[in-house]
Amino acid sequence: MADATAVWAYCVADRMAPEWFSHLAGVGEYPVSVVTGGPLAAAVSVVGLAEYGEQALARHLEDLTWLESTARSHHAVVEAVGAHVPVIPMRLATLYRDRDSLGAMLEARQQDFAEALGRVTARTEWGVKVYAVRPEPAATAAGEDHDADRPGAAYLRRRRSQLDASQHAQRAALAGAEEIHASLGQLAVAAGTRAPQAPQLSGQSDPMILNAVYLVEDGESAAFAEAVQRVASLHEPVRVELTGPWPPYSFAFVAEAAPAARQ
Amino acid sequence: MSQPVATRRPAAVRYERIALVDLLDRLLAGGVVISGEVRLSIADVDLVHISLRALISSVSTALEHGSEHS
Repeated sequence: MADATAVWAYCVADRMAPEWFSHLAGVGEYPVSVVTGGPLAAAVSVVGLAEYGEQALARHLEDLTWLESTARSHHAVVEAVGAHVPVIPMRLATLYRDRDSLGAMLEARQQDFAEALGRVTARTEWGVKVYAVRPEPAATAAGEDHDADRPGAAYLRRRRSQLDASQHAQRAALAGAEEIHASLGQLAVAAGTRAPQAPQLSGQSDPMILNAVYLVEDGESAAFAEAVQRVASLHEPVRVELTGPWPPYSFAFVAEAAPAARQ
Repeated sequence: MSQPVATRRPAAVRYERIALVDLLDRLLAGGVVISGEVRLSIADVDLVHISLRALISSVSTALEHGSEHS
């Protein structure tokens, strides 16, 4: 049991060459290799269950350093493959018992993967995050000292005006984000939204009001990036960030198999 | 952070510039999960929730420490 291993799957593609990722260390510095099944290939690392078994994994996922290192290693392999061929990324921490069982899955699900690969071929995922920019409070606060003998009233008036401005800006920002998502969606073959990132995670003090993903034809990528710049300048109380190109993490669907025989 | 092999190579520099939160957005909620007879029951939704909770608490703690000085 001490040497028990499992197979960590990074991604699936029509073909893979080991030299594409021979310069990369996989998760936990385990080497990356190829498993084939039917017409498909998967990039994998054979990892020790002592570190990647269910209980160990649950413990590790509480460790931000471990999680970041693992996520970046996983992503590096997916990107390395995606630089050569269309790729279907696997979710982080998808493990198989051994190489044979992964190969058998690839063979059994080749039709589903072919469809998924067809959907993402010659297309790229882009992310767009929109933040509501807080209005500057200084405009109304300065130069209104004629209530100096009634500082409480002046404070309340200032505060109310700030709140009005803030609510107005918030409504305008939300409306702007909807328009941005609608117009960018027209340039994409598929679009979706994720939950906005919390300020603690985004590292931005401005609240995120749109966290969207778009699957864009490769030939349209430049036009898409230009459109992001354009809509950002059209909608004043918001700030727009474009991320990507990404492997198609958000658009790689493979239908779940019917709950057939379990071992 | 801790990826000595990757950081030696210029091609990997851009990986370091990707915000971790954007990456985890995708790696923990995107990508293909095939639950079948051969998969270990590891990449389940419960686990993803655990990790996100941990991430939020870790990151917010770090930020609170950082903002004490600003």
